[in-house]
Amino acid sequence: MSQTLKQTPSQTVGPYFAYAWTPELYGRRPLATNRLATRDIPGEHIRIEGVVYDGEGAPIRDCVVEIWQAGADGRHAPGAAGFGRCGTNDEGYYFFDTVKPGVCDPGHAPHIAVTVFARGMLSHAFTRLHFSDEAAANAEDPVLASVPADRRDTLIARRAEVPGGVVYRFDIRVQGEGETVFFDC
Amino acid sequence: MDTAVHEAEGDFGPRDWAQHPPYLSPLYKSTVLRSPSKPLIPMKQCLSVRTGPIFGHDSVDPLDDDLTKNGRVNGEPIGERIIVTGRVLDESGRPVPHTLLEIWQANSCGRYVHRWDQHDAPLDPNFFGAGRCITDQEGRYRFTTIKPGAYPWGNHHNAWRPAHIHFSLFGPSFLTRLVTQMYFPGDPLLPLDPIYNGVPEGARELLISRFSIDVTEPVWALGYEFDIVLRGRQATPMES
Repeated sequence: MSQTLKQTPSQTVGPYFAYAWTPELYGRRPLATNRLATRDIPGEHIRIEGVVYDGEGAPIRDCVVEIWQAGADGRHAPGAAGFGRCGTNDEGYYFFDTVKPGVCDPGHAPHIAVTVFARGMLSHAFTRLHFSDEAAANAEDPVLASVPADRRDTLIARRAEVPGGVVYRFDIRVQGEGETVFFDC
Repeated sequence: MDTAVHEAEGDFGPRDWAQHPPYLSPLYKSTVLRSPSKPLIPMKQCLSVRTGPIFGHDSVDPLDDDLTKNGRVNGEPIGERIIVTGRVLDESGRPVPHTLLEIWQANSCGRYVHRWDQHDAPLDPNFFGAGRCITDQEGRYRFTTIKPGAYPWGNHHNAWRPAHIHFSLFGPSFLTRLVTQMYFPGDPLLPLDPIYNGVPEGARELLISRFSIDVTEPVWALGYEFDIVLRGRQATPMES
């Protein structure tokens, strides 16, 4: 008989995580940053950016967004490559400089796993980011298909080509109108 | 060198919502506008979440697990020196080896280094309050630190957070991610704390460390034990 232990409960990150999680602001070495891809990494280099909003549409400035993704070839690189962490700034804004991932799960559209932590969130929230220029693949994606049609847009990052490169906009609304779809998995 | 990515070896068991706090917990006021209001949508686990980042030993510096040393400028930090140790396990009791823990905490006066913390209590020039550690083969971790102080916060009249240390863990997958807080036994603020009380009754006690005379080092530091249980892989029906 295998022993059965109960999961340790989650608690909020609180407001004061920055000096541990994004300690470069405090002159310390970060473990992970929001710059996942140096120039030499193969693939289309993109920026993902957005604002995290609360239920009244106010930006959340003490939030951390973490992402985990495959490379352009659809494979997860060894170690911690493919992992990013970004604290929101005073305007609730975050960004990641990365490469657009390839297909890592057969039958799924290219996507990035996203986790949201904040003061006021006793448990983290889990979602995933899809790409607006992958309409055909998104239409076949089983996870998007499981989401009510009128909420699917909350999972689609909007592509824009700007002078500095390619930017995908992915706002996260943790509550209320246009609430981002969060998953249990 | 830890370089392998954990491949899919079967699904992880679900997040046990009998153990975790609900998003909306109105006595903790910040949850009111920051809790998703729509039910979570069930998602089948696929490779993109059964895998996860692995932080090797090169991601941790030698003093990262000793918070009494890693913030020193001109002397020792003030406060009660403690050892916090335990094991990271999955739900079957198997150790989670070579996984990263990150901790952060207030100093002995209840003041955080964070630039927003305006609590009228002194900063300690020799205490930073953040640490990292990688579990060993048996899932064991160990930090040396200073016992954090309680501090006031604005949730309600005369609100004080019980002394706590924040813990962040990764485990073998993006799904096993956990952020939690460790408390101290016998703290009279615990029954009054809406963050602690956000956890279902019967589960919240798991967040309280145990004082251990065996971990305590003579003439040096008191010892506390705190084991952490992450989501495990689902048992296969083929098990003999």
